[in-house]
Amino acid sequence: MSESNETTPQNREGLIFEHSKKGRRGYRLPALDVPEQNDALPQSLLRGEISDEVEVSEVDVIRHFTRLSKMNVSIDAGLYPLGSCTMKHNPRLNEEIARVPGFALSHPLQAEHQVQGNLELLWNLEQTLKEIFGLPRVTLQPVAGAHGELTGILMVHKALAKTGNARKYILIPDSAHGTNPASAHFAGYEIKELKSNARGVVDIDVLAQAVTEDVAALMITVPNTLGVFESDIRKMADILHAKGAYLYCDGANLNSFVGVARPGDMGIDVIHSNLHKTFSTPHGGGGPGAGPVGVSQALVPYLPTPTIERREDGTFYLDDSHPDSIGRVRAFNGNFGVLVRALTYMRSMGPDGMRRIAQLAVLNANYIRARLKGAYHLPYDAPSLHEVVFSDKNQLPHDVHTLDIAKRLMDYGFHPPTIYFPLIVAGALMIEPTESEPKEELDAFCDAMLAIAKEVEERPELVRSAPHTTPVRRLDEARAARQPVLRWTKK
Amino acid sequence: MTNLPDPLNTQHRYIPNAGEDVREMLAVVGVDSIDRLFDSIPADVKLDRLLDVPGPWSEIESRRWFRALAARNVTAVDHISFLGGGAYAHYQPACIDQLLLRAEFLTSYTPYQPEVSQGTLQSIFEYQTHQCMLTGLDVANASMYDGSTALVEAVLLAERLTKNRTKVVVAKSVHPEYISTLRTYIQNLGIEVVEVPWGADGRIDTEALRQACDANTFAVAVQSPNFLGVIEDYDSIAEVANGAGATKIAVVAEATSFGILTPPGSHGFDICVGEGQAWGVATQYGGPYVGFMVVRDALKRHMPGRLVGETVDVDGKRAYVLTLATREQHIRRGKATSNICTNEALIALAANMYLSLMGKEGLREVGEQCLHKAAYLRQRLSAIASVVLPFGGPVYNEFVIRTPFAAKEILADLEHSKILGGLPLGDFYEGHENDILLAVTELHTKEQLDQLVAAFSAAISRERR
Repeated sequence: MSESNETTPQNREGLIFEHSKKGRRGYRLPALDVPEQNDALPQSLLRGEISDEVEVSEVDVIRHFTRLSKMNVSIDAGLYPLGSCTMKHNPRLNEEIARVPGFALSHPLQAEHQVQGNLELLWNLEQTLKEIFGLPRVTLQPVAGAHGELTGILMVHKALAKTGNARKYILIPDSAHGTNPASAHFAGYEIKELKSNARGVVDIDVLAQAVTEDVAALMITVPNTLGVFESDIRKMADILHAKGAYLYCDGANLNSFVGVARPGDMGIDVIHSNLHKTFSTPHGGGGPGAGPVGVSQALVPYLPTPTIERREDGTFYLDDSHPDSIGRVRAFNGNFGVLVRALTYMRSMGPDGMRRIAQLAVLNANYIRARLKGAYHLPYDAPSLHEVVFSDKNQLPHDVHTLDIAKRLMDYGFHPPTIYFPLIVAGALMIEPTESEPKEELDAFCDAMLAIAKEVEERPELVRSAPHTTPVRRLDEARAARQPVLRWTKK
Repeated sequence: MTNLPDPLNTQHRYIPNAGEDVREMLAVVGVDSIDRLFDSIPADVKLDRLLDVPGPWSEIESRRWFRALAARNVTAVDHISFLGGGAYAHYQPACIDQLLLRAEFLTSYTPYQPEVSQGTLQSIFEYQTHQCMLTGLDVANASMYDGSTALVEAVLLAERLTKNRTKVVVAKSVHPEYISTLRTYIQNLGIEVVEVPWGADGRIDTEALRQACDANTFAVAVQSPNFLGVIEDYDSIAEVANGAGATKIAVVAEATSFGILTPPGSHGFDICVGEGQAWGVATQYGGPYVGFMVVRDALKRHMPGRLVGETVDVDGKRAYVLTLATREQHIRRGKATSNICTNEALIALAANMYLSLMGKEGLREVGEQCLHKAAYLRQRLSAIASVVLPFGGPVYNEFVIRTPFAAKEILADLEHSKILGGLPLGDFYEGHENDILLAVTELHTKEQLDQLVAAFSAAISRERR
């Protein structure tokens, strides 16, 4: 492995503003073909030139962004095992379909008769998600997982309020994603944390004790963030339902059981699915996503408006007439372009392909688990599904931490796993390979992890000072927060 | 589950491992079948059949089905469109989509690991800089979902700044779907939303605003240009809000207006939020778009969402990193400033590319062309007998016209001439059934504007008969 950090043009690209030269142009518009009206607006409403805005040519722009792109790693270049993020292959057919002009140029406020194609597409996506979830209705409006969480908990609140008492608390296991408590808070609830047991799952007795008349719902990730399936899920649902509370499922890990089991059959009342995870829409450096929410019959009246409905004559319409709806959670019709990509993927997979996603995602993760167990400490050895969580316990005696291991992986050409999450594992390394990875790539990753484990014993400093081959090395993150520089300013 | 296909023997183009590879991996794992890996899922919740969904389709079949659906839409593909209302068709430079398809941008994720994500991080830093320059404010975040949720986050931010104030005053002329979204979000948070009507010229009724603002008001939110297309007078609004000690929030739904209109930051506004779709993003039936949020420096630690800051690496080399993360849900959990995690990074990247390509001169020129073309059309339409302009306030590229006839009848008539003639305002406000909201951009030619005038004239004559 090289230890050098050679400076190449690709890793010292200036800011676009630093490329600016007076008079350069990156565009051309047709000449104005209507008479100019000098008094169209009073001077007081007009701004002068936008000081310091950039002046660059198209060549400058293409070079700049191409060079920036070379400083990123991506799933197209290899395994990107960020646990809980489901970095799987992003088929390019999905990109092509979303760009078909009849979709791309349609306007969100067009009359229904003009967008029958869009509505039929969305209706079909809802039918497919209903079948995947085993639930009677799905809203496609939320545009991210956290957005779906908020939508789901708002529905729970409204349904309970309808009975005269919206209740006070949402129960959330200590292994949950941070978005769960944040979403519950903005939906108007206080959070009570549930301690996971020695197996890393929620203890059924602990839950039974915690579910009082004040509890509105349990928000649980299935399988949880250790990749462990809550085998008592049906009993949990029964306990909650007996007290009039709801079971919310964070569907971030749907990739591990799609087509194998259905949330509705587990007694789950609400679930969101991150389409950018299980259904392959590209993560785009942090979005866009989509977070459709499926609900049980009891929650159907509270779905966001409008819903998409089919008339007997086969035409489709947007229905605003739901008096108990929580209302709309976003302007327009959700992240339509993302929804198109997801449905394209679902059709490419089909019934057997859908189940095969889960089967191979789980096999791939368990293969990594089997190969790395021993070299890395496995804090919870309950059977796991699509992801496996190790810790740095074996490396700590050499004063090498999870962060160091993650950084060293970069030198081997891999994006690191999710680190220091879930919070219930000290020094967590959360690895999710997905079904996209061929055995050779899994082996290369495991070989790298094993080589690093060996380096930790023989040359720990090499690991502690990693990465050595990336465009930049470890950053002074404290300085960024202490003296925030959040924009470029002209010197 | 013996009646289900054996995963060892099926193949799918997106899933490489099968057959011998699977057998070898099972041996390493130490189980004899993939099914055994799912033993932790109780049998009574397992599906004993395949999902009842269509597929698997080849690319050929998918193209056939999806293209047929797209072809059933009536769109700007072969119609002249004057639709706006928060989503605008502007020039999209060819190189943007090509660059967006670069795998390193498209198929990477949130830049948690800065050493292998400098491309995304630096681009966000540049995007933040553009937002600051355009709005005249100090600190921008990495993006929000869209304009409507950006307004919500701005209101929630403002609420956190004051103790015990519970009222937000919102101009009724803020995009109606933004206001609906706000009402949904705050329904359990003890916040009251009070809407203030517009006056005769289409600007907010300043007297009514003064009445609505009191010691319990934590924020005032207006949109400019507003949903009627009219440009608000930031100064008079700021004066009233200041009197009540309320945070001033400006919403901008037509982001190309920043090219020529004086920005809210220059008028003492504290927060500017809005929709960045107009920066060359396809209208695509409503999303994905990109919400933006820019604030005064003093508010930066209250901001929702991701922020990228500049720092150095161990060699002293300049680099970029996610920062001030203690505001965020993955650290602060139930006490975070927002629940947002995944945002609209790729669209923010597209916006950065658009703003860079257009640059100082292009942003101004787009703004001027929109202004002059809209002014031309507005003047020509208002010259048609019985067409009036109900609002006299200044406009940018969008305006309302009124006829003695139902807007929907006129629009249906125009559709026969392959014109999508605007939005029926009655869909958004009661009592405005005869009003049409039209948007004009630099894409419209004079010939198309004249064509609309002729078709409109003819439609009015037919209505008279």
